[in-house]
Amino acid sequence: MSSGLYSTEERVVDQTLDLAKIRPYGDTMNDGKTQISFTLPVPCNDEAIEAAKQILKKMGFENPQIVYYKELTKGFTFFNCYGSSVHTVDYTAIHVPKVESSVMDMCETDEYIKEHIGRKIVVLGASTGTDAHTVGIDAVMNMKGYAGHYGIERYEMFEALNMGSQVLNEDFIAKAIEMKADALLVSQTVTQKDVHIKNMTELVEMLEAEGLRDKVILVCGGPRITYELAKELGYDAGFGMNSYADDVASFIAQEMVARMIQ
Amino acid sequence: MKQSKLGLDFNKVEAARELAGNIAENVQQFVEQYTTVAVERTLCRLMGIDGIDENEVPLPNVVVDEIHGKGLLNQGVLFYLGNAMLETGLSPQEIAKKISIGELDITTLKLNALSDIQQAVNPVVLNTVDRIRNNVKKRNDYLSTIGEGTKPYLYVIVATGNIYEDVVQAQAAARQGADIIAVIRTTGQSLLDYVPYGATTEGFGGTFATQENFRIMRNALDEVGEEVGRYIRLCNYCSGLCMPEIAAMGALERLDVMLNDALYGILFRDINPQRTIIDQYFSRVINGFAGVIINTGEDNYLTTADAFEQAHTVLASDLINEQLAKLAGMPEEQMGLGHAFEMDPELENGFLYELAQAQMTREIFPNAPLKYMPPTKFMTGNIFKGQIQNALFNEIAIWTGQGLQLMGMITEAVHTPFMSDRYLAIENAKYIFHNMKNIGDEVEFKEGGLVQQRAKKVLNNALDLLEMIVKEGFFEALAKGQFADVKRSKTGGKGLAGVVAKSENYFNPFIEMMKGGKQ
Repeated sequence: MSSGLYSTEERVVDQTLDLAKIRPYGDTMNDGKTQISFTLPVPCNDEAIEAAKQILKKMGFENPQIVYYKELTKGFTFFNCYGSSVHTVDYTAIHVPKVESSVMDMCETDEYIKEHIGRKIVVLGASTGTDAHTVGIDAVMNMKGYAGHYGIERYEMFEALNMGSQVLNEDFIAKAIEMKADALLVSQTVTQKDVHIKNMTELVEMLEAEGLRDKVILVCGGPRITYELAKELGYDAGFGMNSYADDVASFIAQEMVARMIQ
Repeated sequence: MKQSKLGLDFNKVEAARELAGNIAENVQQFVEQYTTVAVERTLCRLMGIDGIDENEVPLPNVVVDEIHGKGLLNQGVLFYLGNAMLETGLSPQEIAKKISIGELDITTLKLNALSDIQQAVNPVVLNTVDRIRNNVKKRNDYLSTIGEGTKPYLYVIVATGNIYEDVVQAQAAARQGADIIAVIRTTGQSLLDYVPYGATTEGFGGTFATQENFRIMRNALDEVGEEVGRYIRLCNYCSGLCMPEIAAMGALERLDVMLNDALYGILFRDINPQRTIIDQYFSRVINGFAGVIINTGEDNYLTTADAFEQAHTVLASDLINEQLAKLAGMPEEQMGLGHAFEMDPELENGFLYELAQAQMTREIFPNAPLKYMPPTKFMTGNIFKGQIQNALFNEIAIWTGQGLQLMGMITEAVHTPFMSDRYLAIENAKYIFHNMKNIGDEVEFKEGGLVQQRAKKVLNNALDLLEMIVKEGFFEALAKGQFADVKRSKTGGKGLAGVVAKSENYFNPFIEMMKGGKQ
């Protein structure tokens, strides 16, 4: 199974880091070493293993190694594999659109709001549409927060309401009008068949129809949400995995101030 | 007197159980005065009404909406249906079809004496009850011939959206060692006030619960069960606005396990508390009779509230759920009370606290097949760490004798499980269950140590909470956010319009015949 794992065959690789041509790193610069696992819809036999190797080669892996395989059920074989990627990426030419505000902690944000805005910011959040997941919106909004980052409810200078899950866009907007919300937070976890895109687009359209879009800061979040996607859909910002209340609160505060200056 | 490894004071447990019984009795007094559109649709189904009209509205909805629309649902659907059977000589299904095409108004027919109406429906009632009884017998036959897996049962989920693809995944999981297959429902089905019809191939994050889908999966699991020499249990979800209807469908198609928890619907789906607590009663009567193991949803509390700070709310809710199930005639052996492994991995000695809570739950509910849920809240996408988190979860399960072990997936929070994710999960559980099989018999807990102290504290806190709920009332406690940090008012949420107070002609013979699992 591990043929080649401790191969003494010399491989000549240039071991200098060149940011214009980076490759995956195993234990030696530019070795390209990558771990991959997948299942093929064929029975477990020698042909299946060869098929897995060929798939790896087509993916751009040299020296493909199948280190483990197992037939999961009749006609489906699972593989754990290693290989060296031949591809490189120019790291220096990459530009990712992202939130440009600086991240402040809770006290700094509260101070910043007191100094620059002088009143509480009203934030309304919900997991909208049929989405029943509240982990994301709870992590950002609820008092307790997540992983040591307090939620927006705990901030002195925010008045926050978390409407929970499965909130219809029309109910969300009605509540926003009632509360005179400054910022709206939309959480979307279920992303199968792009249901989140449809729902998030609908909200933007409904806000525009109500003449509210420019009056609120519109932010979305969820594990599959990127800042780029958010901007594309007409949101002011989007927060993906590993973002916390600090990131969202800092952005809202700084965006409010930026809009006041304009 | 029972021996507690945790040094639990069983007098306190009994006191807590009494308080929970008190809460459940009060809820039950409320429940018995009302019916709901879902309960009445369930009666339609149990009377053999199935299918859809030309607008794809299920016939049970057609019949119940017709009566409810005229403000007459307080008499109950069986009153009008039975009377129509007498007046027209037609079967319930034929009557429903005629209503759907506007050829019959069953509310304006000449009324017969109540006792005659009751007699008219009786043969159909007996027939349905027999069909369900036969399903129980068939399950028992399977269990005594091909047998079943050992506890904890390995419980996995399929969620492709397409029932035929689900079958492929489910059979694969059974061959890998799964004992229970749950077909996750499509997102949002719990909020539909009807049950879709027929085989379905399009769902978001799950597959529609329909009677035809139940039938397809039941056949597939019987087939694979015979192949692997183990009865494979089928699980679905009778929660949400169609709770008792789905319980009835499950009873008719021999499902074995059902998620069934009004509190879950109230807290996490914002379903009206009155509506769902009434629906829950009838659904539990049906589940009890059909030999279905219910699963309660306390584990979900810990996805929003903290597993350390809020452990006592899980225990208090388990106790209330036990008493509510008992009032519906359900034996303890069918009460899959829920809890979960959701301790923050950063918490020092989190494993020991979790061990204490799991052992405590086991000792307090000795006969219940406890449903133990895997880590979800702190699964990060780091699948390598995730595999370890799931291993710790499996260790506690075998150590404390859990009943239904929902397999933790390494790709939790990433996507619906790959076939290989399920394989890795089952391999993980089997390894640990086998390698640590008797650890619970061998290892005792230190007198007055961390584990014992923790269990005592949780029990004390649960006792305090139950006392408070008895004082305030169940609905008021919900409104105050006592569970899962979520506040729900008695008149808020979805489905209240479907609640109706029963009047003098109301009758539901199924409750009398099914309650207490009378075989």
